[in-house]
Amino acid sequence: MATLRDIKRRINSIKSTAKITRAMKMVAAAKLRRAQERMFALRPYADKISDVLSSLVQPTEQDMHPLLKVRPRKTVEVLILTSDKGLCGAFNTNVIKAGVNLINRLKSEGLEVSVSTIGRKAREYFKRREVPLREAWTGLSGKVTFTSAQEIAQNLMENYINETFDEVYLVYNEFKTVVSQQVTEVRLLPIGTVEHDESKEMKDFLFEPSEEEIFNRLLPKSMEILVFRALLESQASEEAARMTAMENATNNAEDMIDRLTLEFNKARQASITKELMDIVGGAEALKE
Amino acid sequence: MADKLTLEVVTPYGSVLKEEVDEVVAPGSEGEFGVLPGHVPFVTTLKIGMLVYKQGGNTGYVFINSGYAEVSDDRVLVLADSAERAEDIDVERAKAAMQRAEERLRQKENVDFARAQAALQRALTRIEVAQKVRQS
Repeated sequence: MATLRDIKRRINSIKSTAKITRAMKMVAAAKLRRAQERMFALRPYADKISDVLSSLVQPTEQDMHPLLKVRPRKTVEVLILTSDKGLCGAFNTNVIKAGVNLINRLKSEGLEVSVSTIGRKAREYFKRREVPLREAWTGLSGKVTFTSAQEIAQNLMENYINETFDEVYLVYNEFKTVVSQQVTEVRLLPIGTVEHDESKEMKDFLFEPSEEEIFNRLLPKSMEILVFRALLESQASEEAARMTAMENATNNAEDMIDRLTLEFNKARQASITKELMDIVGGAEALKE
Repeated sequence: MADKLTLEVVTPYGSVLKEEVDEVVAPGSEGEFGVLPGHVPFVTTLKIGMLVYKQGGNTGYVFINSGYAEVSDDRVLVLADSAERAEDIDVERAKAAMQRAEERLRQKENVDFARAQAALQRALTRIEVAQKVRQS
């Protein structure tokens, strides 16, 4: 049986762990709030840009821009978005698992697959796999900027136009609520034809410099926004997942402290009883 | 017909401005253009520059870092890569950015010339816009 001092030591060690996890939970909560604010701030812009785009583009005009054009699939790029840091529950495992499933599915269709990653966790995983790792971006966790989204989007678009690959999928954690994040895969390229709202009458817009020119600049922009949005969503999901994970860790630690305290008290009680028995026994022996 | 325009400036970092105004002058890529109520539907790209709006007797200035403008139904919608109202511009930071850009342009080698020049232009325009409110 564990001695009193052993139990005491374990209780103290668990207490300090709980202190850390509680602090981490609070930090995650603050970061989550910031990430959520940025997500909401982007929303009007993203909505407006797809409004403008849908008032410009006709669903049938695939040939208008190389980014819209659907090519026969030979190589497919899978972009997997994880975090740089761990300690956020199943956040990264879930995305990576979904990514691997997607890769296997594409391979079973006889397609070439190339993989790119965002975040250290995905890079660590895919570095040692049989699929070629094309590009890996890291260091975005916690400081997602529009510029970094632009860089990623530009890289994808260039390689798409060069026909390095014929389709791009993005796998990431979509932020539903604070307690639920959902792994989602979306096709980034070719850009799906924008749903045209029939009820909205087409206005005779004047264009400057020209319709094509504006269109050619808006399409990449909307792609950048798509990537930026996914980065922000993933960021918010990461902090939410970490918050939940740390909350659970704190609760578990507290449960364990309770259990150990009980054990500690029992052990103390037992030792007191034993001592009493000794004294009583000794006293009895003296009487005789 | 309404005699007011709704001016809205949004960026990926959030909405910068949403106001009822009388007149807007924006930096179109093909030249500045003015919008009054009753303007025809119009879409254009914007370059780095200053957007001016009039609201009664007041005039407001906004720094625009390239983007798009859509005019329809007495509504001016500006989608900018970034934008700041003159009051919110950090002049010190803009000045520092200006110096950095000038430094890079002087080096001549290993410099992304177009990028440095754009940075310089952004900084100069920011300073110009900021001074509009500080003078008056």
